[in-house]
Amino acid sequence: MTDHILTEQPQAEALAVTAGRSLWQDAWLRLRRNRAAVASALVLLLLALAGIVGPSLVPHRYDQIFPQYVRVPASLEAYPREDRIIPDFQRSLDRARITIGEVELDGSTIRAPISDDEALDPRITRYVDRSDLFDNSRLEDADGNALSEGATSGVMVADVQRLRFLFGTDANGRDLLARVLIGIRISLAIGLLASFMALALGVTYGAVAGYLGGRIDNVMMRVVDVLYSLPFIFFVILLVVFFGRSFVLIFIAIGFTEWLDMARIARGQTLTIKRQEYVQAAEAMGVSSAGILKRHIIPNTLGPVVVFVTLLVPKAILLESLLSFLGLGVQEPLTSLGLLIAEGASNMRGAIWLLLYPAVTLTVILFALNFLGDGLRDALDPKER
Amino acid sequence: MFTYVLRRLLGAVPTMFVIVTIAFFMIRLAPGGPFDLERPLDPLIMQNLERAYNFDKPLWQQYFIYLGNLAQGDLGPSFTRRDFSVVDLFRVGLPVSIQIGSLSMLIALIVGTVLGALAALRQNSWVDYMVVGTATFGITIPTFVIAPLLSLLFGVLMGWLPAGGWGTWKHMILPVVTLSLPQIAVVARLTRGATIEALRSNHVRTARAYGLPTRVVVGVHALRAAMLPVVSYLGPAAASLLTGSVVVETIFGIPGIGRYFVQGALGRDYTLVMGTVVVIALFVIVFNLIVDILYAWLDPRVRYD
Repeated sequence: MTDHILTEQPQAEALAVTAGRSLWQDAWLRLRRNRAAVASALVLLLLALAGIVGPSLVPHRYDQIFPQYVRVPASLEAYPREDRIIPDFQRSLDRARITIGEVELDGSTIRAPISDDEALDPRITRYVDRSDLFDNSRLEDADGNALSEGATSGVMVADVQRLRFLFGTDANGRDLLARVLIGIRISLAIGLLASFMALALGVTYGAVAGYLGGRIDNVMMRVVDVLYSLPFIFFVILLVVFFGRSFVLIFIAIGFTEWLDMARIARGQTLTIKRQEYVQAAEAMGVSSAGILKRHIIPNTLGPVVVFVTLLVPKAILLESLLSFLGLGVQEPLTSLGLLIAEGASNMRGAIWLLLYPAVTLTVILFALNFLGDGLRDALDPKER
Repeated sequence: MFTYVLRRLLGAVPTMFVIVTIAFFMIRLAPGGPFDLERPLDPLIMQNLERAYNFDKPLWQQYFIYLGNLAQGDLGPSFTRRDFSVVDLFRVGLPVSIQIGSLSMLIALIVGTVLGALAALRQNSWVDYMVVGTATFGITIPTFVIAPLLSLLFGVLMGWLPAGGWGTWKHMILPVVTLSLPQIAVVARLTRGATIEALRSNHVRTARAYGLPTRVVVGVHALRAAMLPVVSYLGPAAASLLTGSVVVETIFGIPGIGRYFVQGALGRDYTLVMGTVVVIALFVIVFNLIVDILYAWLDPRVRYD
């Protein structure tokens, strides 16, 4: 008797819930239950945010060069290191040929008592400013006021520029963190745009072929078959090499190579939708072919197509990175993850961080996209499992 | 069977034709040329060069000349490596690329099927989880990330293997491993899925009922059925090996045809690029044909007449 009650209750509950769920709500619930997919979605959201707002949050621009910090290792501590600042300060003061007392470093200001036989020339601050490490150097008296003219002793005070390079810097002295962030932005943008391009092209082509049917369909799909057997990566490389390497061209080239699968999927969907009553009704009412395609067929192919797009994005990102890796992608000083990995690969002796951070970032993006895509497929299309 | 092969080979002719045509006009319509040096050549020399290479003729005429030469197996002279013909370059580069490619393919097939079958036989054990987990990694991480990492680890840090170059068998290890890793992952996943399905199928149950030893049941009956998806993957695998070889040859500095392609495209070496496209397309087509024949042999339900 107790058994009976226990088994009956959840069933009734489940029935009550399923009664009011649409396909998309159902998919959403299934997706939320898939922990890997939810985690991936969060990671992607964070990465996308990092790509969008990150570059303006980090203190350095991605193309800003710090010639004194070439290939410094990644570190939480600020540069320059404590043990470099004081000797550097002393060396610059030595050039001024004055007597120097004990140098004191306090946070981001450095001070040293100085004195000379004659009146101190305020222009000696230039010796300090000339060093890359210091700026805003000034002469003060013991109380911290500006030194009065003609004084023979005072304090040389300068601000130390303390820069943090959490990911280190590259071979040109640019902040790797800023570059990775801009790389994320470019890679994600090209991935999304190229997938959208493939989506638009493939769905239109497939829907037209499937809807018109007959001989036109035959010819159109034969074209797809022939294109399918082309070694497409080589055509992308040719396209990009010969027609310049602009951002736009790269995503168009990638979109052009990835639309074939989409066309096949959309055509298959269209063939089934075409026989539905509402399409026949529209035909009977005299709606034009273009109208039926736009209003009825294309919107209804979107379910499986959305799933395919999520798996297309990592492919597009991969292709873009491959092109950049071969030096055919976006151009310096702009960068993408593939380009950063290529730079890292050529600098890996002695500067491992240059390879490691971009490689890990790209891997995380690809993993997250793949998991999310799998999750979406399971959620939208439970038969496919 | 013979007629089928013949028909397929004939069917490849229009495909090749399309490929050659697209590639030819794409390359020629692009700005720049093979003789655009930093210091412009003397106009007289330029004229002579253009006449020697038929550049002074209209484009459609050049196209037919190229097609005619191609039909006779002549890929023309290389523009960037002056004293070599494209065929000469391929005679050196192709064996290198084929060596690496076929070794990787072989390793991927052997290791992949063994791992996949093991995982399927011990489904939901730690072996299975290890294989599936590693395979997910192998599929996701791109070649151009694995290659420098391996080169760094074994070539630079450990110093066991040369980090690049070509010559001894030691030079082959890292490129072959890099190329085969993603393929191993895919093959293992395919084999695992197919074996699990095959083990549940009727003919395997019958073989068990006959009292055949497990070795025979799995090795002969289950695996044969499980090989079908793996075989049909070989076509795409060949294509991705070719793509991978461009990366791997560039990273490890291997003198194969993948590197020629990138260099040729950058230097506007028309004939070298065309030659690479032709060879690669031919390769993909022939490979797909072999796959289809293998398929018919493995699965008696498939008939080609």
